[in-house]
Amino acid sequence: MADAAAALLALAATLAVYAAARGLQRRLKSVWLHPVLVSIMVLIAALRVLGIDYEEYDRGGRILTFFLGPAVVALGLPLARQMEEIGRRGRALLLSLLAGAAIGTLSATLVAALLGASGPVVRSLAPRAVTTPIAIGIAERVGGLPALSAVVAIFTGVLGAVIGPPLLRAAGVRSRTAFGLAMGAAAHGVGTARAAEEGEVEAASSGLAIGLMGVFTAVLAPLVLALLERLGWLM
Amino acid sequence: MIGNRPDLRRAAHHLLGLLILLAFLWMGDAFARALRLPLPGSVAGMLMLARGLRMRWIPERAVRPAAELLIRNMALLFVPAGVGVMVYAGLLGREWLPILAGSAASTVAVLLVVGWMQQRMERGG
Repeated sequence: MADAAAALLALAATLAVYAAARGLQRRLKSVWLHPVLVSIMVLIAALRVLGIDYEEYDRGGRILTFFLGPAVVALGLPLARQMEEIGRRGRALLLSLLAGAAIGTLSATLVAALLGASGPVVRSLAPRAVTTPIAIGIAERVGGLPALSAVVAIFTGVLGAVIGPPLLRAAGVRSRTAFGLAMGAAAHGVGTARAAEEGEVEAASSGLAIGLMGVFTAVLAPLVLALLERLGWLM
Repeated sequence: MIGNRPDLRRAAHHLLGLLILLAFLWMGDAFARALRLPLPGSVAGMLMLARGLRMRWIPERAVRPAAELLIRNMALLFVPAGVGVMVYAGLLGREWLPILAGSAASTVAVLLVVGWMQQRMERGG
């Protein structure tokens, strides 16, 4: 009973902090005040001050994490609506995302390895671009730290959602499909949430990018890590 | 409150949609495991749901309220996993630079590569 109450309290606190963080962003209109990032920092600070460890908090927190699975499945809905549009550009989509997955995994692991990151950290960075539940699965397979991969995925999701639109505009990307695809590929769910603000084409291609990036990265990450190992850049 | 029919019906509608999504998640898990696919069950479930909706095996209006609620609030669902970073405070303190630099470089690279390639191929085709 007390356990259930504590879990509900953690859940309620998470919802309240997130709602407040969203309100703050709406009022101050700063892209850097991403509600996810602000909520994470506020909750960590609160847990530290109150002396509550993560495991205890997560008894309530994982009620939300549970819905990540069905949320990824739910992306099948915008995907179904845009299937024809996507079918017409199928080959281009697959090639762009395959290149994105290769470059994404290679650049993250290579830069980290050259800057002296330890083996587990490099392995945790391999699934950087993919959605959190998929990133956790890949990290487990390639010997990374699943929780670190989750956090890196969220952080870069926020980074991509923030810098993506101005960067893509500056780079001359006008196509709505290309915009959505790039946002989903670089910033998964957080990027898709941002892309969805632009319209349904952006939302659908972004949702598709999440899924395909997950598939391609799952296949490519072990290969990239094996390559780094052979070159002697990864322990 | 119980007598408030529209509220009750809406809640039931959301619950039905959630159960359908969970069924597809379960099928996706089973499918990916049976075929030893490197892809997570949720992604297999997403592709199966899209197919089911296209073929009209699943009526769209049954899943739409739950699906749209989850998609709209997806960012919230990442928060508890993100709080998990506190477990790695020591590691982050030592290796924050390679982690930040690697993530940032990769984010910019993926945005530009995917955006440019897709736009160029659309124009070329």
